[in-house]
Amino acid sequence: MTVERESFWCLVHAEWTKLRTVPGWVLAVLVTIVAIPAFAFLAADVSGGCTQSSGGHATACPAPLTGPGGEPVSDAFYFAHQAVTGNGTITAQVTSLTGQVPAVPAGEVADGPGGQPWFKAGIIVKENTSQGSAYAAMMVTGAHGVRMQWDYVNDTPGLAGNVSAAAPRWLRLVRDGDTISGYDSADGTHWTLVGTAALPRLTSIVQAGLFAAAPSGGDSTTDTGVFRHVGLSWPATGWTGTNVGGTGPNGVPLPGSLRQNAVTITVTGSGDISPAVGNTGSVISLQRALTGTFFGLIPLIVVAAMFITAEYRRGLIRVSLTAAPRRGRLLAAKAVAIGAAGFAAGLVAATLALAVGTPLLRRNNMPLWPASLPTEARMVVGTGALLAVAAVLALAIGTIVRRSAPAIAAVIVVIFVPYLLALGPLQGANGQASLWPLQITPAAALSVQQAIPEFSQVITVYRPNAGFYPLAPWAGLAVECAWAAAALAVAYYLLRRRDA
Amino acid sequence: MSVDAGQALHAEWTKFRTVAGPAWLLAGVIALTVAVGAAADGAVQCSSAACAIDPAKVTFTGVYLGQAVVAVAGVLAIGNEYSTGMVAVSLTAMPRRLTWLFAKAAVLTGPVLIAAALAVAGSAVAGRLILPGHGFTPAHGYASLSAAADYRAALGAALYLTLIALLSLGVSAAVRDSAAAIGLVLGVLYLFPLAAAVISNVPISRHLQQIGPLPAGLDAQATTGLQNLPLTPWQGLGVVALWAAGAFLLGGLALKFRDA
Repeated sequence: MTVERESFWCLVHAEWTKLRTVPGWVLAVLVTIVAIPAFAFLAADVSGGCTQSSGGHATACPAPLTGPGGEPVSDAFYFAHQAVTGNGTITAQVTSLTGQVPAVPAGEVADGPGGQPWFKAGIIVKENTSQGSAYAAMMVTGAHGVRMQWDYVNDTPGLAGNVSAAAPRWLRLVRDGDTISGYDSADGTHWTLVGTAALPRLTSIVQAGLFAAAPSGGDSTTDTGVFRHVGLSWPATGWTGTNVGGTGPNGVPLPGSLRQNAVTITVTGSGDISPAVGNTGSVISLQRALTGTFFGLIPLIVVAAMFITAEYRRGLIRVSLTAAPRRGRLLAAKAVAIGAAGFAAGLVAATLALAVGTPLLRRNNMPLWPASLPTEARMVVGTGALLAVAAVLALAIGTIVRRSAPAIAAVIVVIFVPYLLALGPLQGANGQASLWPLQITPAAALSVQQAIPEFSQVITVYRPNAGFYPLAPWAGLAVECAWAAAALAVAYYLLRRRDA
Repeated sequence: MSVDAGQALHAEWTKFRTVAGPAWLLAGVIALTVAVGAAADGAVQCSSAACAIDPAKVTFTGVYLGQAVVAVAGVLAIGNEYSTGMVAVSLTAMPRRLTWLFAKAAVLTGPVLIAAALAVAGSAVAGRLILPGHGFTPAHGYASLSAAADYRAALGAALYLTLIALLSLGVSAAVRDSAAAIGLVLGVLYLFPLAAAVISNVPISRHLQQIGPLPAGLDAQATTGLQNLPLTPWQGLGVVALWAAGAFLLGGLALKFRDA
């Protein structure tokens, strides 16, 4: 057993020697390593981002608004609030949530489905009334039931179903130091914990109250929440109405109001409290720094296919198979050698690309979405794996067809064409792309480079050219692995069955 | 003693038709182009009069894939001679190397043009059958799929595929290795539109779309929004022709002044 294992690594060593002693192949792998970071220089300039499509004139981008985590956020809503000190509880019953959507002029396309599913109104505890401050909120929504949301990016579901006078929703937030717990109830007596938010930025004095926000493309869309039985455990000082955010993206004052009578408090608001991925192009993805992966793939695929087809062309395959008569092991050794080369090249290239790309991307006047260290590590290791698996796929197809040109063309096509199709011809109405080519082909593996998460609470067009892919990062890589495994299985079968 | 052009053509035609590879590749061009085009027809949906989708571009989406098979055929026409050592025999029989290259080009162009025409015709039929069921109706402003612009788009798609074959032949003659040649050709084809999509600097992106053979060739297939295209359809085809001519010139010079 020990002998067999050693002989396999001897075989890998022999294949590695073949790989590294062909100057043209070494040069091609070096091109892979250089091309990926080099393209980061070209992709890093996002100066066109603030150009307004209607006028065609470039406008200065507003200073990015960032949340507690440093990520770009939207923070505009109508806030009926009072200052409260220390620990305590706010409770309210919501009896209705209605939207006021302006009629779409005839012949124009509505921007999305009107934004109604994520219309929101509820109770909120917020660091202060300035934009981007820390908060936790319990809310009813247009079509997603009760939610607890905090610090812009977090969203947890509570009671399902829409709010109405017949089915009111009770909401409660409890502050205990830095921790805020959200509860909901259908009857005001039986409470369920929805979520717990840790907000270390809260000071002793915070603002607690009622809010309404109506995410949409336009500034004149509002929604209205009707509250009853509003109760604070803190001493009540009376409600102040504040339009947090003040003006909309086009400079128009956001509509909003606070109306009180003996029984109800009615809050009408506009805007949204959410991560700022809402308008495509308003935030830059770190994924841009890795766009050169496409350029790096081509020389690597050429080398990986030639790694086996050159043996057939020169007749070396007969020598190789004489030295290693167990053909499956020869194929495995080749796969290990070329896979390792591809992985190392991808690792080095992606590290360099992120190192040069990150500061360049920050120089744009649009905000760069901050990527955590685990995300960056996943992007780098994932790019290495993407290249390694593409190389193994090229080796396997090269073994199957035994000719360079068709093998190389096949692998390039299954990675490049799906991406190009999703970018171009398969875009349908409203820019919504049909993304199935990026789910079933090896191009799915590009999802390991996604740097911004998709937020289900923000309705927008998540497109590949903005750095959003349809599959989860490792799921996409698994699709590419499945292709490579299937191709290797066929290659193994044919290599054993056919005369060399 | 040397062979004349007619004999050279005849010799190359015999080589071409007596191996199975080219026939399979050309059948692949037709099958893949039509299949991908039909899949794209089924995937798009025009829900209103303002959907701004070019039905001709959708119909000929298969060209994205078909051109890769055409490129393989073009590369192998020369690459096979070098990989098998046949080139020494060929050039001994036909010492006038450019005659040999032109004969190769002529023998390749005819069958590729026929395959491209069949692929485009098949795509057009698939588009006519499928697209009206996906919202491309007179009510949404798509009155007819048989206007002059559609014939021009079909002609553009077929000529584009043929020019890609010549481009590949030229590159293959210049680099003499089919692996490197196919990598170069597909890189030139696919990387221009990718770079144009990523680079947000508008003038640079537009220039990339003007000089890249694939984006320029796609302009030749457009039937709507022509005033917003980086190039007019015929200019687009002209750019592709320049690429093919440039590669052919390079290949011819390399062949003439270098040892085979």
